[in-house]
Amino acid sequence: MPRRRPFTGLVMISAVLLAAGCTSDKPTTTAQSSAAPSASASASEQGAGTGEQSKFFVQADHDAQLAMRTTTPQGPADKPWEQAIDPQMVSTEKYKKSGNYHLCFSNAAINNPWRQVGWKTMQAEVAQHKEITKFTALDAEGKDDKQISDIAELQGKGCDALIVSPNTTATLTPAVEAACGKIPVIVFDRGVETDCPVTFINPIGGYAFGADGAEFLAEKVPAGGKVLALRILPGVDVLETRWSAAKVAFDKSQLDIVGVEFTDGDAAKTKSIVSDYIQREGKIDGVWMDAGATAVAAIEAFEDAGQPVPAFVGEDQQDFLQKWKGGNLTAVAPTYPTYQWRTPIIAALKILKGEEVPKQWKLPQPKITAESLDTYLQPNMPPLHYALCGCETLPGFPENWGGKKS
Amino acid sequence: MKRTLPILVVLAVLLVAIAAANPLFLEPAGFLAFVKRAAPLVILAAGQYFVIVSGEFDLSVGSLVTVEVVVAARLIDGDESATWPVLALLILLGLLVGLINGVVTTGLRVPSFITTLGMMLILSGAVFLWTGGAPRGALSEAFRAFGRGSLGPVPWSVLVLLAVAGSAVMLTRSDFGKRLMATGDNERAAALSGIAVNRTRILAFVISGLAAAVAAILLGGFAGVSAQVGQGLEFSAITAVVLGGVALGGGRGSVVAAMAGALTLEALFTLLNLYGISGALEYTVQGVIIIAAVAAGALSFRPRLRATT
Repeated sequence: MPRRRPFTGLVMISAVLLAAGCTSDKPTTTAQSSAAPSASASASEQGAGTGEQSKFFVQADHDAQLAMRTTTPQGPADKPWEQAIDPQMVSTEKYKKSGNYHLCFSNAAINNPWRQVGWKTMQAEVAQHKEITKFTALDAEGKDDKQISDIAELQGKGCDALIVSPNTTATLTPAVEAACGKIPVIVFDRGVETDCPVTFINPIGGYAFGADGAEFLAEKVPAGGKVLALRILPGVDVLETRWSAAKVAFDKSQLDIVGVEFTDGDAAKTKSIVSDYIQREGKIDGVWMDAGATAVAAIEAFEDAGQPVPAFVGEDQQDFLQKWKGGNLTAVAPTYPTYQWRTPIIAALKILKGEEVPKQWKLPQPKITAESLDTYLQPNMPPLHYALCGCETLPGFPENWGGKKS
Repeated sequence: MKRTLPILVVLAVLLVAIAAANPLFLEPAGFLAFVKRAAPLVILAAGQYFVIVSGEFDLSVGSLVTVEVVVAARLIDGDESATWPVLALLILLGLLVGLINGVVTTGLRVPSFITTLGMMLILSGAVFLWTGGAPRGALSEAFRAFGRGSLGPVPWSVLVLLAVAGSAVMLTRSDFGKRLMATGDNERAAALSGIAVNRTRILAFVISGLAAAVAAILLGGFAGVSAQVGQGLEFSAITAVVLGGVALGGGRGSVVAAMAGALTLEALFTLLNLYGISGALEYTVQGVIIIAAVAAGALSFRPRLRATT
């Protein structure tokens, strides 16, 4: 028996190390997540129960995004991926090139349904243009270091333009700056801390997303109603903005925010948390979420408790839209449209043809309401498909996106 | 029973603490909801117990759970009539993975830590490749009933748990259970006394694979498809077993204590949640428990070992 003990000890150390390794799979967050929740827990006693404002909150950006929601975008209304809000056009004359194009793409990852839908949409957009004779894409698999070397590698491949969807903002900035000196660079989705790319494409943003949901609850839930806010993780800028805008809206409202909880984006955990709140509070009148992937799990918690589903904030995934329609719910779906994956290809072609493009290409970011639900509900598409892919007219739809021909 | 007592005391204290913070916990519905939530982990811990008591580890159960749920969703794709064939297939898949783990560990003499670590990586890589990170398809209502529905007031998963717990206790009392314990305690002595050591260990891995399949069916039913469903479950299961006082290295411990360990871990998580402490701390808590429990076990056994050797 004693002979075995050193081995056992080693195993335990390795097991703990492995456990630590597993948590680091979610790179941007684990470091902060141990500190932030305690802060929010202690702060939840004060005010409307929303805690302190996020350190990521920038009032001017918040106000600008909220205003953009009502600005009419320029461009064809039936092609929101070509539209731009308040565009400041820049000349691209110096990049003009004739003939066939070789486009390159450094992708942060394809590791979630949102990015999968987007990636398929981008490939279909490429297939539409005969002048793109070569399209080279590298997947960084969610790793900054891989994306840095991907971007360097692509510069040696004879690309006419480089599209980058950065994994993280600060770390990728030098890599993007280095590429800017050689070829025209187009950045979309998350940004970088430099204005060297020819254009930066993204929808309005997180503040608008968060506010769309919170304002809906403030309107639909009677004063004093209990609202539960569910967040994926603390410390990620794109998610912090969503919550911080919701907090601003909640603080102005008469709503009672009974909890702000982190779900890790895990369906089982979400369902457990919501069940706990239903038990503890007796009744919940509204649920706000910073992302809709686990909205259906949260709704099921009410169904399983035998309670009516309260006012809900989800996202444009088909499983949520189906629940919404089927249960005739009071709901809203803010979106972060996957059609933005089409725009970089369109932008690259414009740039290579010497047509001017917006420096900040702000795409419209519609929300799905009860009135527009039927337009976006597509029963033939898979449950995790994002409705705002703008891909319905692209070749290969719906099969390439996992849908069935209806 | 003597070894089961400490963990039952800890469990009782935690349950009282939860009840103090949330009186609804004392009502049948509240308590059953807790057991329902704990059921998959308890079942995994029962499976893990057999492997650990035979002197081995099974690190592959977490990714096996993920694979099972993702495969089920893809194959069922919302089609009710596919439910039962797919359920059978999932059970077979669990048994098969357990069999491979067992055969590689005993036949090829690869330490189980490496075998099952390799299996964990293979399965998680395979599921990522197959899904690209986003699972497709949907589970049927009939499939989900196991994790979601209930028979009268009692959730199906609680009934499944009772059946699994009963079978596990019976297994440990059978000849197989005694052979397993002997194998884990002293492999050579067991072999010399005529026990087919390898076959016994393979069977332990197969049981663990089966437990993972059952846990996957309950978890998939509870919350639906997700590519993260099994994340970290292998460590939760091992922590639970260790918490139940089962000796790593094998040969000592009871399956009831292992299952009580899982309930205790789940109660601890529930309590942390009730007091608003984030889930991010769960890993830390598990890490502390696993070290403390093993250290405590080592300390309390040392004097006796010195006396006997």
